[in-house]
Amino acid sequence: MKIRSQIGMVLNLDKCIGCHTCSITCKNVWTSREGVEYAWFNNVETKPGIGYPKDWEDQDKWNGGWVRKSDGNIEPKIGGKYRVLANIFANPNMPEIDDYYEPFDFDYQHLHTSPEVKHQPTARPRSVISGKRMEKIEWGPNWEEILGTEFEKRSKDKNFDNMQKQMYGEFENTFMMYLPRLCEHCLNPACVASCPSGAIYKREEDGIVLIDQEKCRGWRMCISGCPYKKIYYNWKSGKSEKCIFCYPRIEAGQPTVCSETCVGRIRYLGVILYDADRIKEVASTPSETDLYEKQLEVFLDPNDPAIIAQARKDGIADSVIESAQKSPVYKLAIDWKLALPLHPEYRTLPMVWYVPSLSPIQSAVDSGNLATIGKAGVIPDIRALRIPLKYLANLLTAGDEEPVARALERLLAMRAYKRAENVEGVEDLQVLEDAGLTKKQADEMYRYLAIANYEDRFVIPSGKREMNVPEAYGEKSGCGFTFGNGCSDGASGVNMFGGKKVAKRDVIKTVNVG
Amino acid sequence: MSNLNFLLFGIYPYIAITVLFVGSWIRYDREPYSWKADSSQLLDQKGFRLASNLFHIGIIFVLCGHFVGLLTPHAIYHAFISTANKQLLAMVSGGFFGVICLIGLVMLLKRRLTNPRVRAVSKTSDIFILVLLLVQLLLGLATIFASMSHLDGSVMVLLGDWAQSIVTLQGVAAATAMSTVGIIYKMHIFVGLTMLLVFPFTRLVHIWSVPVKYFARNYQIVRQR
Repeated sequence: MKIRSQIGMVLNLDKCIGCHTCSITCKNVWTSREGVEYAWFNNVETKPGIGYPKDWEDQDKWNGGWVRKSDGNIEPKIGGKYRVLANIFANPNMPEIDDYYEPFDFDYQHLHTSPEVKHQPTARPRSVISGKRMEKIEWGPNWEEILGTEFEKRSKDKNFDNMQKQMYGEFENTFMMYLPRLCEHCLNPACVASCPSGAIYKREEDGIVLIDQEKCRGWRMCISGCPYKKIYYNWKSGKSEKCIFCYPRIEAGQPTVCSETCVGRIRYLGVILYDADRIKEVASTPSETDLYEKQLEVFLDPNDPAIIAQARKDGIADSVIESAQKSPVYKLAIDWKLALPLHPEYRTLPMVWYVPSLSPIQSAVDSGNLATIGKAGVIPDIRALRIPLKYLANLLTAGDEEPVARALERLLAMRAYKRAENVEGVEDLQVLEDAGLTKKQADEMYRYLAIANYEDRFVIPSGKREMNVPEAYGEKSGCGFTFGNGCSDGASGVNMFGGKKVAKRDVIKTVNVG
Repeated sequence: MSNLNFLLFGIYPYIAITVLFVGSWIRYDREPYSWKADSSQLLDQKGFRLASNLFHIGIIFVLCGHFVGLLTPHAIYHAFISTANKQLLAMVSGGFFGVICLIGLVMLLKRRLTNPRVRAVSKTSDIFILVLLLVQLLLGLATIFASMSHLDGSVMVLLGDWAQSIVTLQGVAAATAMSTVGIIYKMHIFVGLTMLLVFPFTRLVHIWSVPVKYFARNYQIVRQR
């Protein structure tokens, strides 16, 4: 056994209101630069829909993730090492900018500078790649917002597989939910495996997957390898970039920007201890529907004395072990089994998990005899909820409905129990028993899910980076972020090796007003 | 032997090779963030797969052919093939892969100049290097026609002598070997040396980074802090 630690994330979809605050704060901090303005390290999709980039879940089209071969081994779906290198001149599995969207800005200055005209002046769109006028914007980062576009197009969503999807196009039966997405910081990342340069790596101490910008040569294989399409090619720098899980904040014990700014308090960050020696075996599990349960086996109980002893032996700090014991991610994913992985069938063992969303009971069922489950008779049949169980299962458990049903039942049971307590003043333990919960668990679930205190949501040990500096004096007056060329900011006027200046806008100039 | 001949084929090669190695070394050390293939595949893929594959496969075979053909000592290849037959082999294989490369290169150059997105993100050096490659390739293909008038391999032997003298540090002998060959060969060699000279300052540096180490490593990489 080799124990490593990871900062995992759980998103409670039941409380996501689709406000995009996470996306916007993330963009303002990390991708408000030329070259990555089309890239959203964090984006929020309305489901059902084909998402961003288009059809990202369709691995028959993009060949992301891993495949299990007949000999029981796994290899990237884009192919083994020879195949990857054979495709290096032109990657056959790479999305084009239009699969994301052509990034645009508007000629706002025209509103100031327009001469007096008969009609009100307008700010027309302009491509920020070519700087040319765009007559019509055809697609954007969130084109399907709140069921935008026709059902015909949205129904290409892969999560409709094995479903009679036509009825969900009818007004009475339609459903929607939000899905905020970011890099999954997988235990078995396909991007790392497909990088010919070996520039992508997973950090041992917190599991964050990063691209070494100095080693990246822009071979573009990671973009295809990642089944979540969460690696973006910076067309200006010629290097790939991805969500960095706000590692400078995580190292300081702070939550990521998307988590910190989430107004619905839906995000949780916590330490998970896992057995690194079992990753390959678990990722190679024969049946796709077993991958979720198998991944749970990799996670270790931080309160087990044997695990604590082994973790210390493997160099994990006591502060990390303590955080793991208080980890909200451990509680949600393992203790209560409310959180589920996104598309475990990609075999990357993702580490950003989701609590499935409850939805209203369909009116047709509501007006008649409401089917209920359990002895208490207050929890409606999960199949009566508006969002089809199969859809959630295709999204979160490779099609296995059982874990999704359990999570939804537990969410409903906790609500029924608290309702009985607060409204009727009785303690309804039967409803908890039906859902397999104890009173203590239900009270904690209420605290974590409904109250969602900051201290409960984010339990992040400080990275103690200062302990890794052998000689603090040598760091005196050092430069912070650089482009690897001494203390240069990349904007200096003279550079023999040319290239466009990273810190300078070329296409649409910033305008000084006043 | 004129002074110009000595300058171009006895001295210039060493200047070009020195800039190639020292320049690449400095760039690798000082500006690692600028070291990349600089692909524009994201912005436009129409016909790109065909063009890029044709160009790269063509040019790799052409370059390998030049290395083997020019630097194999005469005594060694005589054990397998006569001089005249070697020239014929060079003309046929070089012509074949040269044409493949030319088709790809013209497609790539057209794309770079006419596609608005690709054009907008192109650096001057991106266009310059494609034009330089095109000139060099056309000169190279032109030497095939020039070689048809002397199929005995005598010029090829002189060119081999030049290359082998350069790598064995005999500048005078190298320039002497070049003094009698035709102007088309001289131009081809001059442009070729110039490509070595500009190499470290353009995207050509990605050639140094052929990711052969990919075969030797594990799929997963975990960094300890």
